[in-house]
Amino acid sequence: MSRLILQSAVSGILVGGMYGLVALGLALAFGVLKVLNVAHGELLMLGGYAAFFAFTVWGVDPIVSIPLVFLGLCLFGVILYFTLFRHVTKLAIGPRIKNSLLLSFGLVLVLQALAVRFFTGDERTISTAYSSEAITIGWLRVPVVRLAGLVVAVVAAFLLEWVLTRTRFGLALRATSEDWTRAALTGVNVGWVYLTAFAISAGLAAVAGSLIGLGYSVSPNIGLGWTLKALIVVVLAGLGSMRGIILAGVFLGLTESLAAVWLGGEYREIAALVLFLVVLSVRPQGFFGRAHA
Amino acid sequence: MPKKWLSFVSGSAVLALALGIGLGSDNQHLLTIAIQTMLLAALASSWNILGGFAGQISLGHAVFFGLGAQITRELWLDGLPLAVSVAAALLVTAVFAAVVGVPMLRFRDIYFTIGTLALGVAIFLTVGNVRPRLSSLTVEALREYDFSGPYFMTLGVLVVTVAVATWLKNSKVGLGMMAVRDDEAAAGSTGINPLSHKMVAFVVSAGLAAMAGASYAYFTASYYPSFPFSVVWTFEAILVAFVGGMGTITGPLIGSVFFVVGRDALPSSIEEFQVVVFGLLFILVVLLLPGGLLEGAQRFIRRVSKQDTRSTSNEETTKSKGKELV
Repeated sequence: MSRLILQSAVSGILVGGMYGLVALGLALAFGVLKVLNVAHGELLMLGGYAAFFAFTVWGVDPIVSIPLVFLGLCLFGVILYFTLFRHVTKLAIGPRIKNSLLLSFGLVLVLQALAVRFFTGDERTISTAYSSEAITIGWLRVPVVRLAGLVVAVVAAFLLEWVLTRTRFGLALRATSEDWTRAALTGVNVGWVYLTAFAISAGLAAVAGSLIGLGYSVSPNIGLGWTLKALIVVVLAGLGSMRGIILAGVFLGLTESLAAVWLGGEYREIAALVLFLVVLSVRPQGFFGRAHA
Repeated sequence: MPKKWLSFVSGSAVLALALGIGLGSDNQHLLTIAIQTMLLAALASSWNILGGFAGQISLGHAVFFGLGAQITRELWLDGLPLAVSVAAALLVTAVFAAVVGVPMLRFRDIYFTIGTLALGVAIFLTVGNVRPRLSSLTVEALREYDFSGPYFMTLGVLVVTVAVATWLKNSKVGLGMMAVRDDEAAAGSTGINPLSHKMVAFVVSAGLAAMAGASYAYFTASYYPSFPFSVVWTFEAILVAFVGGMGTITGPLIGSVFFVVGRDALPSSIEEFQVVVFGLLFILVVLLLPGGLLEGAQRFIRRVSKQDTRSTSNEETTKSKGKELV
């Protein structure tokens, strides 16, 4: 029994890293643009397919293609920003969030349908030569591809943290997310900040998608499930807070996998939902967020 | 009031037409389209009570539709009479909504929307895990199957839903809901309890959605149990309410006729094509016509017929330009 629990805990931590990585992009877009993009999971799905086809068609290793997939989806993010989200960012905060949510809800359906049309409904996994390898510590198995996912998630979180705190661009980002009118008054080009933040958010979703295609699987309808996890993580960490997102993701992953041991695997989603509701009721500012007035 | 008479007369005319189609026609295509339209109209109207009247945008409405469908289906296939199954589904779903509503409705605005989305996706995935197998009617039931039963049941559900919505809209409770929608703090200070008004809207909306789900379960020969819980239903309900006009009685009805007939007219060989078209239409309505097609058309007519509206519209554009400059 303790073996089962420990092994589940390990896989929970590994999948939790992915939850964190998916949430990182969602939190960036929400924190800076005050736009809630529920189509984030669909961007992830597109990233997963990009990595999958790069591997099957051109034989590019998914770890190698991560920067390319990142840039590709950044570009797609730019297109989405100009065609859709830019119009929403002109509204006041309340209607902005609501309209972006509805807008991206429509986008979910469109992207899903297009993916079914062009990629078929089949589940795809990138199977490389090292896909089935695992590090074993005693009887504990740690699959290499999933460990790589956690490592990339942590690296991405530190990179983002570095950009946010150590660069002029990061300063502009933080200023905009605190108060965009005052940021604009001090000479920040808010439109440019919005654009780049949204593009990076889409790119981060794609990185997560590559790793999910490698360690788990990709199909046209995986998006909403991952968006849900990311939303829960973002609420756990505190809406608008970028810190501690990976930790919150790991916490969610652990909770789910331990709940799955005790309740049965079918009910892991309910455990996540209950955790979400409890945290939102008891501590709405999240674990790491500051309380609002 | 002539307006009241007009809506009464046109309502009766539509109802007579619906009854006529149900009694007179055995054109299966027409009946299917009519059932789908009424089903969606009922679902969208039920969403509209919560979203349009009380202003709480729920992205988890399919949960209640699905619960209604699943409970009705299982009890009915187990041999219980249909009416008993539907009543049980209605009761269980309403109680479930009341229980879930306690934490959910304490969340304001965006948190409520995120919460309902989380509820919707989590329940959808769980139902898929717990009930993975296709639910089909038995061979005997299929032999006896005809469209008139589901047709009149769906019509009945729609009439009840519209009646409840109309009554609510003109009642004190409904006015309270709209006050909460427009300004929760102000409504609270005039002695309205926002939480209890939102709760009434939530439970009524869920119960009506469950009845729509029940008629889906009675109408459809075979489906995966998780399908009625799918976010597609929520999307269609919101799309129809948005396109027709939120917070109105006729909006969801007109919207669903537009949606189902439009979907039927699109080439059906590529199912994804329809989703893409309506997804894009929804995005356009959210971006350009926040009041829906109905209000958009009214505004257009007003702008064409009255010249003095030009000055107000000018004012509006300067206002919005001012916002952009900030």
